[in-house]
This record gives sequence, structure tokens and C-alpha cells, in this order.
Amino acid sequence: MDSNGLMQFAGAVASGAVRVVDLTFTLSPDFPVIVLPPEFGQAAPVRIQQISRYDASGPAWYWNNLTLGEHTGTHFDAPIHWFTGKDLPNNSVDTLPVRDMIAPACVIDCSAQAAKDADFLLTIPVVEAWEKSHGRIPERHWVLLRTDWSKKGWRDYANLKDDGAHTPGPDAAVMRWLVEERGVIGFGTETIGTDAGQAGHLDPPYPAHHFLHGGGRYGLQCLCNLDQLPPTGAVIVAAPLKIQNGSGSPLRVLALVPGQG
Amino acid sequence: MQSSIRTPYDRVVMAVPVTIPYVRYSIESAQWWIGRALKALVDGAGITPRDIDGFCVSSFTAGLDSGISLTQHFGLCVRWIDTIPLGGASAIAALRRAARAVQAGDARIVACVAGDTNHVDSFRYTLENFSRFNQDAVYPYGAGGANASFALIARNYMRTFGARREDFGRIAVAQRSNALRNPHALMKAPLTLDQYMSARPIADPIHLFDCVMPCAGAEGFLVMSEDVAASLKLPAVKILSTIERHNAFGDDPVQVRGGWAMDVDELYAMAGVKPDDIDFVQTYDDYPVISMMQFEDLGFCRKGEGPDFVRQHDLTIDGSFPHNTSGGQLSVGQAGAGGAYLGMVEAMRQVLGQAGPTQVGNARIGLASGFGMINYDRGLASGAAILAGPGS
Amino acid sequence: MIEPIVKPRRKNPLQRTRLPTSPPRARSRASHGFTRAAAEGRFMLQRCGACGAFCYPARDACPACLSADLVFADAPRRGTLLSETTLHVPADVHFRERAPWRVGLVAMECGPKLVTHLHADCEEGRPVVMSFQLDKSGQAVAFAHPERETPNMADDRQWREMTADPKFRRVLVTNGRSIVGQEVVAALKAAGASIVFVGVAEPWKPFRGEEALRALEGVEIVPLDIGDEKSVADLAADIGGKVDILVNTTEHVRAGGLLDRQGTSVVRDEIDQSYLGFVHLAQAFGPVMRMRGADGVNSAAAWVNILSVYALANWPVFGAYSASQAACLSLSHSLRAELRPGGVKVVNVLTGPLDIEWFQTVPPPKVAPRAVASAIVSALKRGLEDVFVGDVAEDIRQRLAANPKAVERELGA
Repeated sequence: MDSNGLMQFAGAVASGAVRVVDLTFTLSPDFPVIVLPPEFGQAAPVRIQQISRYDASGPAWYWNNLTLGEHTGTHFDAPIHWFTGKDLPNNSVDTLPVRDMIAPACVIDCSAQAAKDADFLLTIPVVEAWEKSHGRIPERHWVLLRTDWSKKGWRDYANLKDDGAHTPGPDAAVMRWLVEERGVIGFGTETIGTDAGQAGHLDPPYPAHHFLHGGGRYGLQCLCNLDQLPPTGAVIVAAPLKIQNGSGSPLRVLALVPGQG
Repeated sequence: MQSSIRTPYDRVVMAVPVTIPYVRYSIESAQWWIGRALKALVDGAGITPRDIDGFCVSSFTAGLDSGISLTQHFGLCVRWIDTIPLGGASAIAALRRAARAVQAGDARIVACVAGDTNHVDSFRYTLENFSRFNQDAVYPYGAGGANASFALIARNYMRTFGARREDFGRIAVAQRSNALRNPHALMKAPLTLDQYMSARPIADPIHLFDCVMPCAGAEGFLVMSEDVAASLKLPAVKILSTIERHNAFGDDPVQVRGGWAMDVDELYAMAGVKPDDIDFVQTYDDYPVISMMQFEDLGFCRKGEGPDFVRQHDLTIDGSFPHNTSGGQLSVGQAGAGGAYLGMVEAMRQVLGQAGPTQVGNARIGLASGFGMINYDRGLASGAAILAGPGS
Repeated sequence: MIEPIVKPRRKNPLQRTRLPTSPPRARSRASHGFTRAAAEGRFMLQRCGACGAFCYPARDACPACLSADLVFADAPRRGTLLSETTLHVPADVHFRERAPWRVGLVAMECGPKLVTHLHADCEEGRPVVMSFQLDKSGQAVAFAHPERETPNMADDRQWREMTADPKFRRVLVTNGRSIVGQEVVAALKAAGASIVFVGVAEPWKPFRGEEALRALEGVEIVPLDIGDEKSVADLAADIGGKVDILVNTTEHVRAGGLLDRQGTSVVRDEIDQSYLGFVHLAQAFGPVMRMRGADGVNSAAAWVNILSVYALANWPVFGAYSASQAACLSLSHSLRAELRPGGVKVVNVLTGPLDIEWFQTVPPPKVAPRAVASAIVSALKRGLEDVFVGDVAEDIRQRLAANPKAVERELGA
């Protein structure tokens, strides 16, 4: 494309002909984080420590120090995050190809099923049914699982019971299929984690992590506003921080969709 | 009790009783007040400051200064010096030290002075820095000065011996009557027993008129040999006897007697007089209960008979037992360490016939007593002196 | 006869708050033997090692035999009230505000005489029981109680100045997720606290005991993540002016020292929760508590920390935890000095291993959470400052007093 096309695109964003949808939760200290067994190292919760706010510590300025884990809030998982992807080339956030950070998305609406069943698992038949209406999932597309989970209050959002979290996600078969048969660039969810809450019991455990990262693909989680996206045609901008050897990072995930005017 | 009589005060006398009139609050320093007294002593004796070769000073508010710094402050060159921190017993102690120095020829003319200023925070500062035991074990209890300590002593005395507030009131009322004749007394209004009884409580059983009023002022006198006094043509006071005792009766659970009780026989034996021969008594009256103890411990009645003694006697200048004839600290004011000297200086005036409006008729022999330094729960310092006029 | 104190009415928002004043603070070095006794709730007097006599006030030579061998020893508490007075016009501003104030002179059966504060039910000539209490300046003062229990004894006005009694006070328990936290809530309610705020972090995570906690009357669950400065500041903005007693029930226990761990993520959690949490709480709640130290019946009165006794001597099996506790202990001393002008006590409750899951493999004796709670209430009611709970804590305390180097070796075995 020539620069004229790019300028047209920029103009379209400015005018609203291309609408920018923010798929990101605000990064705040009270946002639920992944809970691992207490004996394991835990992800740091988000901490925002004020350095100064137009006061004796800094009269004309306001700024903060941040503490946060790579996998806090709306965040991106790189292949190096899972053992299956540990030896792949360009597998960390600072080395993966930047062109992968802008890619179209297919949005699969399972909000009705998830409303009835917190442990809903996305399966191949469900995706094939979607494909009947919207066409085959093209290569190098994001597949985003819409469950409207992001609209819940945080207690129900985390949905922790005696036996762990109960949140929807993909089963093992569909993940292998999406990676190997559809060549997806990555998988995104509204929940904490690309995998279902009870995915530790699947085979292999945590199949989204297992197959995505084993295939050199990416994960996005804690997305919101997926209900504002069309089933096809949205373009996702997901550029993680360039952290040295990083396994992932919180980031701003934007969707570009056709707008009014 | 001592079995042998101590060395008499032969050939040494006191002269020039000086009072610098008190004021309630003064912006001047203690040094200023002490200086006024020294000037009055020098002028009263017709000498110059260079003639003073002995110096004894007592003060609570002289701050960083003690006797030695004051020698340079006032231009005194002395061969005998003492700083006496004994509170209300300082005058007795000063007299005893100075008299022996003069007798031994160690000094010729000794100036004994007590002076204190009173700023608005002087009293509190003095209380906070009074003694280690006070700091550790009295002041933290809100006592705020001697009020609580004397309240405890007074209450115990009342319970033990049946004294009533009215009995202490008689002492205060008589002293006020005396003070009305003293133009320098700070308390100018008459005081009735009713007013005494209904005054506001300070620390039960201490009420307002049991308390002295802190003020600024200075008192002093000279001690010299009889010959020097004669050569200067100064009317001279003879010292018949003195006693001094500190931290007596420490095993008494609550203080009911002062050190005088240990040495009172010696006081009279050395003077060669009996209590009946005493024409007037100046007690240390901070508080009236202590005056009552002094009546007992100095031989005027037995222990516990103080209340009865007070009921039986008229304590005014013209009465049967003239007591605190200038009004005492209760009515004149307490100028810090000056309070120790108030009775001694008034006693000198009485025996010299120089007391003017407060003169007791035919006053030839008098007793001045000192007491003080509530270190913790009792007054530690005590002393007394029997003085006589030139004629006796 | 003590009139029972009544639940205070709502504060008039238009009225100025009475600011704290301190009773006289200066003390000699020797006198701090009483400070130490008062902090722990002991009654100690100087006793002469040569002749055995007790003496008071504290001094540097025995008044009976002049020996310098004066040692503070536990002493019998019984005495007789010889004389008493009520101060109507004290010179000191602190006592002037609180007049009339009753003091007296007690003759101890073991010898010395004590000028002392008096409980209203003490009678002249009758036996009394003595204690040393930390007053609002944090210094030790003598206090006399009647020998026999009298009605509403703890409500004595002068006694309440010496203590941080939870009755009618409002309490913030910073962490309700732990069993200890829940026991503390229950104990404070039972002790008469008018309301207990309980902090819960990450409310989206359920925890054991949550239902029972929510069901309690007079207990209000509030969001509080002490690792997050904004969460702490926001809570203080809401309830800071209503916290009379703060109990820091933060609990973050992990085994391990230095070499058996990889990296610092666990250490960072310890620091975040224990140390930074303490800092956040102090900055958010400290100033207003300090200002309210003289604010009526439910004045701000105490800040309680639950610390491991291994703050005093590192136990390498829990080496990193011991270090973070040591850091918090030191902070608590700073806080104690900074809150002192408000007359707010900082109470440190030091325990050995608790009977909770994180000390699961540690052999008994361990401290039951309920015992910690009850020690806290007792410390508040008695006005104590340094409390050792359980056999292990007491054992460590004694061993440290005898030979700290031996303790270091024994714990490191």
C-alpha cells in the first residue's frame, strides 16, 4: 500500500469512519489476578505508588511508580511463557515479529452458553457452526472467545470455589485444531487466562497455553467490549511492552472496526 | 539529742535587715533583685561593695548563675562564699555558715542575700526542675508543686491529731491581720475565717488561703563581728542559738514533725532561754499545717497539741503569741528563696525595735524558723535561730 | 462507687476537637526500670543486692546501706493508703483539664512509700494493690486499686487514662481473612467495642470464615488491601476519624531463608504485605489517631501489632519471615515515638509459632489464634505495651535476656 492509503486510514480513524474500540480493562490494584497455589510464586498485584502530586515531593508534577506482573490485568502471553514454547526462536515479547501485533480477528459469541454454564468449553463443533455462518477462519487471525464474562462483578468474574476457578475457555481438541488446522495467530478471552478455570483437569492440562505457545502463537486475556465487535472484520492492535526476555505484558488492546461515517 | 552545748555565737552579730518590696510579676532578672538587696545592704551599713569580703546567696531563678558568677556580676572580691539551695531553710543555714566564718576570722563582713524574680512561667519552671525525685515520682502525678505533697501531709495530720480546717484558718486570718499593718504586703484585703473556709479548694484539704502567692523580691542581712558593727555604729542583733537538721525522721510514714524536734532542747539550752521567754515567733508558713508543726516541734506545745494551742492563743502582733508579725509569706508573698529570709529579717527588725507598724511591744528575744525542700514526700530541710536585741 | 461509663453520643461536627496534652515526661535513667515493668504489666521495685531492702523512688545507692547493687526485681503489690488528696487546680495543663484528679501516698508492705494515682474506690487507711502503668506521655506512673473488686471498676475515669479499653471504642482490624483476624474481631466485640471494622483484601477471593464474619452484629467488612497505598488512603478517608483502636492482623508467613529460595518474588510479597503495609497504614491512620488522643470516652487509644517473637532473634527456618518481622518491630518503635504526643499507645504482641497452616510442620507448643486475640484484649484493658504470648515467646524472651548469642546459635542449629 502507498502512503496515500495509510493517510486515508489515518483520516478514517480521525473522522470515525474507522472506530477504535478499547478492549482493555483499566490497570488498577483491585483487579482480580490469577491465583496459584500459595506455595508457588505469585504474580505481583498492581501497585501504584505516587511519587509526587504537585507537592513538596515535586511541586509542578504528578507521577507514579508502578509494580506489576507481566500477566496482570489485560495482558499478552508470548510463546516463551509456556514450557512448550521455550525453545522457539523469537519467542519473547522483545523479539517476536512486530507485524504480528496488528492482525484481524474472528469473534465467536458464546455468551449464551457461558451464561448457563460457568465451565463452558469451546469445542470444534461450536467453531464449525460459527464458520458455517461467517466463513472459514482465515490464517493469521486472532480468535476471540466472547462470553460477556467481563461484564460481571469481580467476585463472579473470578468465580473461585472450593476447587478453584470456574470460568469458560477452550477444550484441548479445539486448541490443537485452531493452531494446526486454522493457523490462528492467537487466542483471546475475557476471563483471567486463555484457558478455562478448570483447565488443569484437561489433557493436556491448560491446552490453550500448551498449543498456542507450543506453536509459537500468542494469548490475550482479560479483554472487554468484545460485544462491540463484529464477528469478522475487526483488526486488533496488540503491542506488548518490549520487556527484555519478557514472557508477556499488560498492554492496550485496541480493535479497529467499521464506524459510522 | 546532743549532750554537749555547741560553741556560742560570741562576738558575732547580725545587722542591716533589708527587704526589697515585692511585686507579683517582674520582668527583671533574679540578678537584678539580688543586686538591689546588695545595694541596700551596703547603703544601710554605710560601706562600699569593696568592704564586703563574704557572700552567701540563695535563689531559684538565677538561671545559670550561682554565687561565684555573681561575684563578678556585682564586683565583689570575697574570701568566703557559699550558695545555699535549701529553700525555706536557707536563711538559717546562711546565718550559721556566715557566723562561724566571721567568728573564725575567715571573713569580716558577710552579705547574706536571697532574691528571686517571678516571670509568668517562673513557678512552673521551678517545679519542673526541682529535684530528681520530684521529676521522677511527684510531678508526673499532676501535683504541680508542693500543693499535693502538703495536702497529703495536712490530711494525715488532721486525721491523726484531730486538727480542723478552722484551726489552720486561725493562723492565716491572724497573719492577714498582721499584714494589713505592713505597707509592703502584697495581700491588702482583710481575711475572715468564713472567707478562709469558703475559699476555692486547691488540693483537699488545701484551699486558696492556705497557699502563698509566688512573687518577685529580695531580702538580706549582714553578718559581722561585734567590733565592726560598733565601729560602723550599726544596731546589732545577737545570735543566741541556732539548730539545723535535714532528712530527719525518714521512717515516719507521713511527715508529722520536722527536724527541729531532734534538736529543740539544744536550741534552748544554747540560748539559755525557755519557750516562755520568746517574745515572738516567725515560722515558715508554707503551709499553715507546717506552722502548726513548728509550734509543736519548737517547744511551744506537745506533738498533736498544735490545734489546741492555736485555739488558745491570739497570734496577732498585739496578741498572746505574736506570730509572723509582718504577715508571713501567706500575706506578704513568697519571693522564691526570699521566703526563707522573710521571717529572719522581720525577726531582726523586731528585736532592733525597727519594725515600725508591725512592731511587737517589748520584743527583745525572738525565734525565726526555716523549713523546705520537698524532695519527694516531705520537707527535708529545717532550722531555727533564737535572736536577741542589743538590750538583752 | 464508679458510675458505669455510657456509650458516647455522636460527636458534634461543629465543635473543635480537644487536642492531646502530655503529663510531665522527664525521668531519670534509673526510673526507666518502671517503664519496662509497666510495659509488660509487672510490678517491680529496686531491691538492694547487699541488704535486701526495697527503695523508691529509683536511685543510685541504697538508702539503707549505700550499696550500688540496686536491681529492679518483682515486688509484692500490696500496700496501705496513708493519705490522699483531690487536686482541683493542678499547675500542669494536662491535669488541669482533667481535674479533679485524685492522688495519694501508699505505704508498701515491703517498705517504700509511693506517691500514686488513685482509683476512685481506694479508701484512706485501707489496703490497696499497686501497679505501674504507662500514662499518656508513655512514662511509668504508680496506680493504686482497692484490694477488693468493686462494681464497674474498669470504668474509673483515671484508670481509663492509663489504658486503651475497647469498651465503647471503634476498632479497625486490618485483615479479616485469617483465623487470627477473625478471633480478634470476636474478642473485641465481646470486650464491648461498639463497632469493629474488618479489612478484607481482594474481596473477589472467598475465604474460610467469611460467612460467619459477615453475619456478626456490629462488625462491618470494609475493603482494605494494605499493600495498595490508595486502598489504605481511601479507607482512612472514609473511617479514619472513627478508628480508636487499630489492630494490625496482617499475616504473611512463608518458610525459608536465603539460600533455599530462588529470586525475591516471595520476599517481595513479605515486604509488600508486612513492611509496606505497615507504612501505608501508619501514614493513612496515624495522623488522625494522634490528633484524637484526647477526644472523649472513645478517644483514639491504641495501635496493636501482632509480630513474631522471631523479630527479636532470627529463626533461619523462617529466616526471611523473621527478617521482615524484625523490620516491622523497628518500625513499630518509630511509630510508638511518633504517636506518643497524641497519647496513643503502640502495643506489640509477640508470639511464637501460631497454630495455623503456615506453621503446620512446627512441633508444639504453638499459639492458638484465640489466645492471641485474648492477649490483645487483655493488653488493651491493662494498658500494656510489650506482650509475649505463649511458652515459646516467653522462652525466647528469657533466653535473650540471659545470652543473645546463645539464642542465635540455638535457633540456627
